[in-house]
Amino acid sequence: MGKLFAIVVTIITIVSTGIFLSHIWWMPPDFSLLGAGIDHQMMETMVTSGVLFVVAQLVLAGFVWRFADNNDNRKIKIFPGGATPMVVGAIILVGAEILALTLVGSKIWASIYVAPADPHALKIDVQAEQFAYYFRYPGPDGKFGTLHPDLIDASTGNFFGLDPAHDTAARDDIVAATLAVPVNTPIQLELHAKDVSHAFYVPELRIQQDFVPGLVIPLHFTAIRLTKSEIVCTQLCGLGHYNMRAYLEVLSADDFKKWLNEQSGQ
Amino acid sequence: MKSPASPAQTGVWVGIAAITMSFAAYSSALVVRQGASPDWVHFTLPPILFFNTLVVVASSVTLFMARARTGTTAARPGSGAAVIDAPHLTWLYVTIFLGFLFLAGQIMAWRNLAGQGLTLASSPSSSFFYLLTAMHGLHLLGGLTGILYVVYRVRRSNAVRAVRAYNAASLYWHFMTVLWLYLFAMLATRI
Amino acid sequence: MNSPDSSHAAGPQGFWRKYVFSLDHKVIGRQYLDLSLVAVTTGMILSWLMRLHLGWPALSIPGLGAIAPEATGGIITPEYYLSLMTMHGTIMVFFVLTTAPFAGLGNFILPIQIGAEDMAFPRFNMMSFWVTFVAFIVLVSAFFVPEGPPLSGWTAYAPLSAVGKDAGPGQGWGQTLWVISIGIFCIAQLLGSLNFIATTLDLRTKGMSLARMPFSTWAWFITSIIGLIAFSVLLPACVLLLLDRVAGTSFFIPAGLVISDRLQPHAGGSPLLWQHLFWFFGHPEVYIAILPGFGIVSHILPAVTRKPLLGPRVLIACMIAIAFLSYTVWGHHMFMSGMNPFSATVFSVPTLIITIPAAITTLLWIGTLYGARMRYNTAALFCLGFISVFVSGGISGFFLAQPAIDSYLHGTYFVVGHFHFVMGVASMFGIFAGVYFWFPKMFGRMMNETLGKWHFILTFIGVYCIFMPMHWLGLAGNVRRYSAFTDDYMKGSIPLHRFITVAALFTGAAQLIFFYNLFRSRFRGEIAPANPWQATSLEWTTSSPPPHDNFGGHHPVVYHGPNEYGVAGKDGDYIMQNSPEPEPVAAAS
Repeated sequence: MGKLFAIVVTIITIVSTGIFLSHIWWMPPDFSLLGAGIDHQMMETMVTSGVLFVVAQLVLAGFVWRFADNNDNRKIKIFPGGATPMVVGAIILVGAEILALTLVGSKIWASIYVAPADPHALKIDVQAEQFAYYFRYPGPDGKFGTLHPDLIDASTGNFFGLDPAHDTAARDDIVAATLAVPVNTPIQLELHAKDVSHAFYVPELRIQQDFVPGLVIPLHFTAIRLTKSEIVCTQLCGLGHYNMRAYLEVLSADDFKKWLNEQSGQ
Repeated sequence: MKSPASPAQTGVWVGIAAITMSFAAYSSALVVRQGASPDWVHFTLPPILFFNTLVVVASSVTLFMARARTGTTAARPGSGAAVIDAPHLTWLYVTIFLGFLFLAGQIMAWRNLAGQGLTLASSPSSSFFYLLTAMHGLHLLGGLTGILYVVYRVRRSNAVRAVRAYNAASLYWHFMTVLWLYLFAMLATRI
Repeated sequence: MNSPDSSHAAGPQGFWRKYVFSLDHKVIGRQYLDLSLVAVTTGMILSWLMRLHLGWPALSIPGLGAIAPEATGGIITPEYYLSLMTMHGTIMVFFVLTTAPFAGLGNFILPIQIGAEDMAFPRFNMMSFWVTFVAFIVLVSAFFVPEGPPLSGWTAYAPLSAVGKDAGPGQGWGQTLWVISIGIFCIAQLLGSLNFIATTLDLRTKGMSLARMPFSTWAWFITSIIGLIAFSVLLPACVLLLLDRVAGTSFFIPAGLVISDRLQPHAGGSPLLWQHLFWFFGHPEVYIAILPGFGIVSHILPAVTRKPLLGPRVLIACMIAIAFLSYTVWGHHMFMSGMNPFSATVFSVPTLIITIPAAITTLLWIGTLYGARMRYNTAALFCLGFISVFVSGGISGFFLAQPAIDSYLHGTYFVVGHFHFVMGVASMFGIFAGVYFWFPKMFGRMMNETLGKWHFILTFIGVYCIFMPMHWLGLAGNVRRYSAFTDDYMKGSIPLHRFITVAALFTGAAQLIFFYNLFRSRFRGEIAPANPWQATSLEWTTSSPPPHDNFGGHHPVVYHGPNEYGVAGKDGDYIMQNSPEPEPVAAAS
């Protein structure tokens, strides 16, 4: 039975590793300026983890295969060096790896989430609600109108609760159900939630961020390719959570201006 | 067979650790909530709280005196079982009275606040006031049952069990006093 | 308050006292195991329903419509899927993984392993079981209220869990019952921890120093301390959540929320406060789920390898280090939560450091296999399986521990695969190993080894087929907690989901072998001797099953630690802890 276990572990290890290496199910190509940094971190972790995984499982399988009690009066053996090589090995191999991954990874993390956005970034207000996203552009005056939750009325399309009658800054705000952005332009999203927690996730941008009711949370990125992709919700928000999505469209500068004009006409 | 340490005493220490952690959680919730939004309404603590504080401190003193005066003296000849002096039950009775007086005082404080329109939900500060005093009061009530149990054991004159119960109940009760002093300070500085 | 009275050698005779409200830790331990058996069956059925729906969303499940009014025509709606998921997680984490390896096996075995007659507080012990039982009933009752169970996940994030029924189906009574149930469970757990700690510190028999305690006792002791602190924080969190729900307070609910077209009457609260309180409990909780498994595997391996565990003191130090560090890492569940992103970096450091003691313990187990004379009985196989799945699950943790990578993988199936490997599989394997190992002691009969081996190999293959693919799904960006995959980029994952569903059903079916073995062996199993495994610890010095006071009126005296294997003892290649023979000068090598 031990030998069977050893064989099963070996097969599982080889097949799993093979599938990981084959990239049959893998991250979609990224189109974010900082995406390559995350992918690099992912690859480093994948390689080091992969080696640890394969070695640990195969050594386990090997020992199980080899050290059965075959009623042969063989004397037991203690691992050379006792526990010391385990402690040293774990601290050096695992510990050193960890240090490296943490140091490098924290830089990438900081560049995306800690560093402030480009001061000239295009600001877009994002509201998440059960079960849709709405996006608001500041319009020609460059200012966002104030939000009034008590004025929210989906039937008139006033998703954000704007008060254009009394608030001049709100009059030229452009509201859309799609997030269109110009390519190669720093974008600063300001995320707020209407009802419960949600999240903004675009796998190809390699970023996500929770919407927390009561807070306005910034998220910035720069898209470097013309494309269209899905924005999905990763924070459980109710029964429509699985169906909550919007589209991110990365347009050329001219197409973006056209799109913005079309939206403001509505 | 058993180690000399009384499991009851260990148990109370463990209970103290758990209760401390839970009030630490309430405290951090208070601090975070106070900082999360400018809707914290400060109000004056009902003056009876000062009186209640003195009452609970006094109850610790009387309990301490009851315990200190409790020797295992006058063993009945031939039985080997020590007896506890009945007159020192008086201090225990005073402690119990003071305990209930404290709880009554806390309820008076609630009525005082409710009379001013400050209820559980009216503002976060009043929420925490009711919550912290209620939680402390509940745990103190548990301590009172512990002391009642001590009375029971003392009257049954089983010295070994009485002393064990006494030590455990005293430790718990003094912790309730210290906990109240901490909560009172927190409420006085933040509410 | 009371201590075991040595005049109870005979035990109580009345039906209620003997079988229902027993004060005997052995009966209470079995009651906990029975409860978790019911819980795991329920949790597993819930998972099959979830998996069927994910593979075939339009499927009408025969019979479901009759028992669940929310699933009209037997078809699982999106909200019902989330309710099933919430109850699956809650039941499994609390009533299986926290109950069986700790309250169940620990209650039965720990007092015997330290040479005591019972737990320090038998009445509290009895109460803690029945309070756990009440908590389970309250939780399950959420299935029967109008609108059904809550749908906010076992994590119950506010404000979804706090605002009441406006937030969605199940968020009315269902969620309230959930909060009450978990609050009650906290109280039961605290009583249990109290007992384990006082018993371990105060009731060890003569010669049983802390250093000589078996590894499983150490693990239960450390687990009970973790639980004491963790559940002491969850209880206040539940109180605050309940008050927000029923008393109009605003601990977790900010102002200006518009839900179901209604402006909610709350203001100023912080949703992140719930997350901090919950995860301060939640992360130590996962170590509560796994540490007993560490102890059980470390305890069984020497007996089945016939050699001492490598580095016994190092192992104990690592368990203590893990326990301590477990309180410093909770923020790694919140990297994307909106808390200050710099704190993510701060939390990632202890998160990665905690891998070191975990890696050391894994290497100690593997190193113990070197040069062994392994006996591949079922308990041994589950220990070996534990090592394999713990390696897999632990390594996937490396990815999630780094905020930069969590940025991509958070909220995907990668996380689901990770925690199921470590909790759903490794922890379960620890429970299985413990059951197969201690069944003879508990019931006086051996379990059937052939059935056990089939159970093991089918389960081992099955769990890898279920949970390894989830990592690939996660890498492809497949989001978790979705009742269906309608996004363009996720539709391609459905075939793999169907494969996982088939594997899950197959693995579930394999558990029938275990259930059958359990029940059959109770009545038809071979009669078990006192020490069928030739093991060293005190539970093997007494009869199978033990008498009411565990040792038949006498108190064992301990001369050795539990690790004397592979030595020339009078009974064979081991020396029992209570054997007065001297330790040999040098171990065989």
